[in-house]
Amino acid sequence: MRTNSMIMEVKDFSFTYAGASAPSLKRINLPIEKNKITALIGPSGCGKSTLLRSMNRIHDLYPGNTYEGEIRLYDHREEIENILNIKKENDFIRLRQAVGMIFQKPTPFPMSIYDNVAYGLKLAGIKNKGEIEGRVEKALQDAAIWEETKDRLRESAMGLSGGQQQRLCIARAVALKPDVLLFDEPTSALDPISTGAIEELIAELKKDVSVVIVTHNMQQASRLSNYTAFMYLGDLIEYGETDKIFLNPSVKLTEDYITGRFG
Amino acid sequence: MNRLLLNKAILTLSTLSAVVGLGFLLWILVTLGYKGVMSLHWSTFTNDLVEGGIRNLLVGQFTMALIASAIAVPIGMLAGIYLREYSNNGKMAAVMRNLSDVMMSAPSIVIGVFVFALLVDPFGGYNGWAGIVALAIMMIPIIISTTDNMLSLVPRELREAGIALGGSKHKIILQVVVKAAKVGITTGILLSFARIIGETAPLLFTSANNQFFTMDLTEQFPSLTVSIYNLATYPDEASRELAWAASFVLTAVVLLINLMGRFITRSKK
Repeated sequence: MRTNSMIMEVKDFSFTYAGASAPSLKRINLPIEKNKITALIGPSGCGKSTLLRSMNRIHDLYPGNTYEGEIRLYDHREEIENILNIKKENDFIRLRQAVGMIFQKPTPFPMSIYDNVAYGLKLAGIKNKGEIEGRVEKALQDAAIWEETKDRLRESAMGLSGGQQQRLCIARAVALKPDVLLFDEPTSALDPISTGAIEELIAELKKDVSVVIVTHNMQQASRLSNYTAFMYLGDLIEYGETDKIFLNPSVKLTEDYITGRFG
Repeated sequence: MNRLLLNKAILTLSTLSAVVGLGFLLWILVTLGYKGVMSLHWSTFTNDLVEGGIRNLLVGQFTMALIASAIAVPIGMLAGIYLREYSNNGKMAAVMRNLSDVMMSAPSIVIGVFVFALLVDPFGGYNGWAGIVALAIMMIPIIISTTDNMLSLVPRELREAGIALGGSKHKIILQVVVKAAKVGITTGILLSFARIIGETAPLLFTSANNQFFTMDLTEQFPSLTVSIYNLATYPDEASRELAWAASFVLTAVVLLINLMGRFITRSKK
């Protein structure tokens, strides 16, 4: 499965939470294709969020977890980096700028709409005001929230609706021009209309970034993704093109889950 | 029938208790207000204690409380941030939290005695700094606990979102997490200020009192609360009246700060 079309690649990856006796992820192998949407599905506790949270090493906020194997990131120059080897803070910051993340609950910062987007740019060391301004506007446009917010950029982001907040969080992540965006059940706290808007947005985003999305919603996975990985109890059971996984899975367990026989 | 009776009995008892409790509070406030206003003159605010006013006392009390806050707020906030954000809630953190809680309920006179031994006895006399340190010691645990509690209300996801955006931990804590807890922490600081500005025991034998206006913190320092204590024990009518006036002003100040705290909480949430 080694092609140049990959942006990330998980190889023989195992993960054990601090204090746990057994690993939560067992020898996972998974390619993440460039400019495609990869969905991770599976019942609660299968490890899909754990895997997603390994891909930008957000787990490292909490000490004592163990990683084994490799998670490779192929950068613009096609250079390979095993992100599990990162130890220095500067390298972590670089990784997280390249691999952004959107959470289940919208997480706007307690500042204005404008500053929410500008903050990440400032963290990235951009000081030029004009550049920040331009990139904030571009990001808000890319996240399809510019029309709603252009007249209230100085207002607190806390006053936006849940769906708007989530799009603002996407704008914030997009502003950094990441290679990969990780979505951890981004619509499970939203109403159907906001969900539709976010899904449209994600589909639009794949022109510029590669997307990995964890979802409990099978329709969402099938509507949205190009590739799907089905996980169960810490194992990756099956990976393939979404149509194939949903219409003609090779493993019985996948079929049972997709048809709703368990999960 | 029995249940109805019991219900009525409990209703009556609790109403009665509420009336008694609030009644006493109202009684205190009304007496204080009446006697205080009757004893207040314009000269009360323009004269120093030696001339029968409280100008130097107000300035002294505020000076000590403000400098004590300047010491206690950074220490308390940083300790609170350490406990919630850096300690990983281990054994050490549990011990520190308990210690801080014990400190919070330590009798204030004990803190006064401690500071007396530390800063008064060895330096040959009462001084303003000793009073300030005693007040700061009272304030620190309150601020630690407020900061700790308010930070615990900030959702974990907000920290993760900051880190995921490429922030370093200390930046996210200072620029995002503390900001999210700003209202609660500010209110806590105001309330702890209100608490220490009305304290007598920690000042009684640390900064003691001064009849004259001074800003020299190495000598005995004027204090409103200690003056109330002294004046109330004097037999002459003028001293008693001044004690009432001072008590009224002190209560008004504390009430005002408390109201400010509530106002901030309400308007920002």
